[in-house]
Amino acid sequence: MPGASKFERLAYASNDWIQVTVEGQPVQVRPGDSAAAALLAAGQPAARTSAVSGDPRAPYCLMGICFECLLEIDGVPNVQGCMVQVADGMNIRRQQGAPVLNDSLAEGVPA
Amino acid sequence: MSNHDVDLAIIGAGPAGMAAAATAAQLGLKTVLLDEQKGPGGQIYRSIIQPAPADEKILGKDYYHGRSLALALKNSSLDYRPGTSVWALDQDLSLSLSGNGQSQRIHPRRLLIATGAQERPVPFPGWTLPGVMTCGAAQILLKSSALVPAQPLILAGSGPLLLLIAAQLHRAGVAIEAILDTTPRKHYLTALKYLPGALRNLPLLAKGAGLLTELRRAGIRRITGVSELRALASPDGTLGQVCFRQGKKEQTISAATLLVHQGVVPNVQLSRSLNLTHDWDKLQQCWRPHIDSWGESSLPGLFVAGDGAGIAGALAAEAFGKLAALQIAQQLNVISEQQRDRQSQVPRRTLDRQRAIRPFLDALYSPAREFLLPVDDTLVCRCEEVTAGELRRLARDGCPGPNQAKAFCRAGMGPCQGRMCGLTVSQLMADERQVPNSEVGYYQIRSPIKPLSLGELADSAN
Ligand SMILES: Cc1cc2nc3c(=O)[nH]c(=O)nc-3n(C[C@H](O)[C@@H](O)[C@H](O)COP(=O)(O)OP(=O)(O)OC[C@H]3O[C@@H](n4cnc5c(N)ncnc54)[C@H](O)[C@@H]3O)c2cc1C
Ligand code: FES
Repeated sequence: MPGASKFERLAYASNDWIQVTVEGQPVQVRPGDSAAAALLAAGQPAARTSAVSGDPRAPYCLMGICFECLLEIDGVPNVQGCMVQVADGMNIRRQQGAPVLNDSLAEGVPA
Repeated sequence: MSNHDVDLAIIGAGPAGMAAAATAAQLGLKTVLLDEQKGPGGQIYRSIIQPAPADEKILGKDYYHGRSLALALKNSSLDYRPGTSVWALDQDLSLSLSGNGQSQRIHPRRLLIATGAQERPVPFPGWTLPGVMTCGAAQILLKSSALVPAQPLILAGSGPLLLLIAAQLHRAGVAIEAILDTTPRKHYLTALKYLPGALRNLPLLAKGAGLLTELRRAGIRRITGVSELRALASPDGTLGQVCFRQGKKEQTISAATLLVHQGVVPNVQLSRSLNLTHDWDKLQQCWRPHIDSWGESSLPGLFVAGDGAGIAGALAAEAFGKLAALQIAQQLNVISEQQRDRQSQVPRRTLDRQRAIRPFLDALYSPAREFLLPVDDTLVCRCEEVTAGELRRLARDGCPGPNQAKAFCRAGMGPCQGRMCGLTVSQLMADERQVPNSEVGYYQIRSPIKPLSLGELADSAN
């Protein structure tokens, strides 16, 4: 049934597992995973909600371009989940709506 | 008197950056190689030090070629810094970078931008639904995590990477419901005139044909001449169905994942932030920094090599990286012009051959008009939710280009800084005003081009 299935793991090159928490649930992930990959592996289709309409959004590019994977990682909001590698005990939460990123950062501050 | 920290700073450890770094270090240049990823490889060779899938057949031989490039880094004296992102550049070539929560500035004598490409953003109705992602994203999950997408799975788009990723997923045992090929039929004719150039690179042509055969033998349904692609939501708000037209026939297929791809375009965020001269590449339908045959840009001492300088593929990127490093070594009087010319013969030949096939591929796989100029109700700016219709209306009302449109509708002002909408906004406005793209221009990109924590920002102020 569409929507119900999730990303699946193939045979992995090493035997290493890492434990993280996704939306409060403990999940076993692989050391090469980004936080965004861990989210998808945990069966969570959406990372955040749009700050404008509230619609759900999911990781789209996984290479730092789209900013659709913004997550709350270890209590820090607005982190690009696809650019952060998982670590033991990492606490990953979806980012709910509003302020997506500080405007001054997005727009550029004098460097 | 010199206040330089290093001879050469290279941004990006893909094939271009890795090859440049190894060449420069070997010639004795004090070189630093910076990349925001945790390991070398860039996009094509991502995770090459520790690829996730146990079965090497899945990603194929071309992928594992990257191992030798990554090994060459290990064996050289260069200062390679993974996990380091460059967020600002200055006219004097100095860079601001951050890694491990700390910021730093480096002032090199020469700078090489080798930041590669991104997939072309392809707006179409429904592209923001969870369940829709790019083919490249699925490939990243495969290389780094051995994860494969939820099924039923549909791939849609155009270009060699679409076929490669379909084949890789198939080898991984993933059932592909259908490949929707959006290549307009008339492109086959247009591309024919570029065939002689393509024949200079028979191995690549043969690879493309091989992929098509592999997919056909696997019995995967490939529907050609597809248009009017739309993604529809299921009741839970994620992707439920994919609709499209083939000729007169409209079709709808159930899907949990839709992977889209319309080729790749240079990542111009850093070169734009310095206001370097950029040219509109009509065949590739994208901007590229203006460079000479060694990669030197409109700012003396700043080089751009690899797909970030214009799409030519990984082998071209590797050769171009070497050429840029040789020219830099010559400029810094480490080698003579004769030595440079001698050492550049082989990479120059490779680069020429790899580039010779591009016009054919670019003409064949140029995105269909509906993706370049999407229908009015399509979201173009995903961050601020601005539609194609709104941008057209602004252009009609006299708004001259993307920077002015920003002020009216906030397109390009969200966290992605226009990476996802910049090309489309320029093209929509140019089309509506009936002027060339070069006349409407592109967003003015300001640093920091990467998000910074407050701590990193504070560091940089000191
Ligand atoms: C998602 C994706 C998948 C691809 N897969 C394939 C494939 O399987 N086969 C194929 O033939 N071609 C593939 N390509 C095409 C690709 O462009 C290759 O031709 C090749 O990777 C280009 O090499 P490069 O060295 O120019 O850049 P890249 O390989 O893209 O390397 C650029 C590097 O720069 C780094 N970088 C970018 N910006 C910054 C910054 N501000 N600070 C620090 N580091 C930065 C990136 O992390 C990256 O490692 C892919 C492209 C994309 C976008
Ligand atoms: S998924 Fe696009 S930036 Fe992370």
